[in-house]
Amino acid sequence: MTTYYSDDHEWITVDGDIATIGITQHAADQLGEIVFVEQKDVGDDFEKGDEIGVIESVKAASEIYAPVDGEVVEANGTLEDAPGSLNENPEGDAWIYKVKLADKAQLEDLMDLDGYKALIG
Amino acid sequence: MADAPKRTVLYDLHVELGGKMVDFAGWEMPVQYPMGIMGEHAQCREKAGLFDVSHMGQVILRGEGVAEKLESIAPSAFTTLPEGKARYTFFTNEDGGIMDDLIVTNAGDHMFVVVNAALRHQDIPHMAKHLDGIEVIEIFDRALVAVQGPKAEDVVGELCPAARELKFMESTLADIVGVECRISRLGYTGEDGYEISIPEGDAEKVARAFLADDDCAPSGLGARDSLRLEAGLCLYGNDIDNSTSPVEASLNWAMQKRRREEGGFPGAARIQRELSEGAEKKLVGIKPEGRAPARQGVEVQCVDGNTIGAITSGGFGPTVGAPVAMGYVSTAHAVPGEKVNLIIRGKAQPAEIVSLPFVKQNYKR
Repeated sequence: MTTYYSDDHEWITVDGDIATIGITQHAADQLGEIVFVEQKDVGDDFEKGDEIGVIESVKAASEIYAPVDGEVVEANGTLEDAPGSLNENPEGDAWIYKVKLADKAQLEDLMDLDGYKALIG
Repeated sequence: MADAPKRTVLYDLHVELGGKMVDFAGWEMPVQYPMGIMGEHAQCREKAGLFDVSHMGQVILRGEGVAEKLESIAPSAFTTLPEGKARYTFFTNEDGGIMDDLIVTNAGDHMFVVVNAALRHQDIPHMAKHLDGIEVIEIFDRALVAVQGPKAEDVVGELCPAARELKFMESTLADIVGVECRISRLGYTGEDGYEISIPEGDAEKVARAFLADDDCAPSGLGARDSLRLEAGLCLYGNDIDNSTSPVEASLNWAMQKRRREEGGFPGAARIQRELSEGAEKKLVGIKPEGRAPARQGVEVQCVDGNTIGAITSGGFGPTVGAPVAMGYVSTAHAVPGEKVNLIIRGKAQPAEIVSLPFVKQNYKR
């Protein structure tokens, strides 16, 4: 399965027209210890660039921005009780949303792993 | 053009220890080390943390009648402050607002004063102007470190038996690894501990001696902030400022009875009026019921939807294991147990007014 990356340090993997979205390990490391994740509800629509959640670390609040247009089909409920899992496994179990993609062509605007690695240096 | 951030004499040590350096009040300071804010916070509550607070201003006041003269600019009692004792106080302005908070120690032949990093440039001229005939000497050649936590007495006492003899808010001169230091049993974390003023050239040697103890780990500004917030201690610029009075900030305890009655300090009219009639608003603890932290600036509403105040400091309390906050609310609502709403990102989140501190203070009195 191909993984795409955004400038805002999200990753996105696609299975049919359903995508899974999360934040990268690099982003999690930068944020520090995460203590709360505010998520959108199932059924909420969003457009690329919209704020689709907030991650609170001990230090500060940081927004999550939508890497593509879509609709939330599932929000990862385990983050409510275990927000710290986002520090431990952000590119695995601690995904944030499953979404229904509105326009798969938007994926082409995102980076591949090599491009993302170049971005974060 | 802004000046380049200044570095304390312990800068290289912070970098060596993996400190993540940030600009703080014009100083390049460690916000955290690899242990992380939560770990450093827990370390300080359970064992001991070492903080570099050398960015704070250290000042010597020397001259005839220095205690009386200090009473003309601060509402605490200094003429009755025994030698070797320290006192938390603040400078007030003519409107009864707080210009800065500080610690004054009677060091015998002088008063030793520690002021906030961001305000040393205000406080030094303020003292020079108002303390007529008193020498105001800012000290640039001494570092200041804090060792805080239940094991602080062992960490410091192992190297300096005299430190064990001090009680809370007592101060002395003593040798640590052959270096004469001013050791004061106080701090700003709610835990037992010391602040230690060290000649700059020997600061790293002394800091390393503390860190050689397995129970002592370096701690950054991030943990310092979460610790002081849980301890219900005001941060200048957040919880207190030029507009807030000591009565509003629940700092009456820092104004001794004689000073409250006699006045004779800037803003005494407002402060005495608020002492007798009560202030319009009051600083309180606020405990969000959910998991979302309420940060500075968040609006506080009463349950019928009217705005009653705002958060001045807020975040996650690692020892509490939940969000904690402080803020001002109108006095009618400043009652522990009162239910309020916090408007976080446009949504009302339930919270409760609580007594401060969130974590019991652990001073050796």
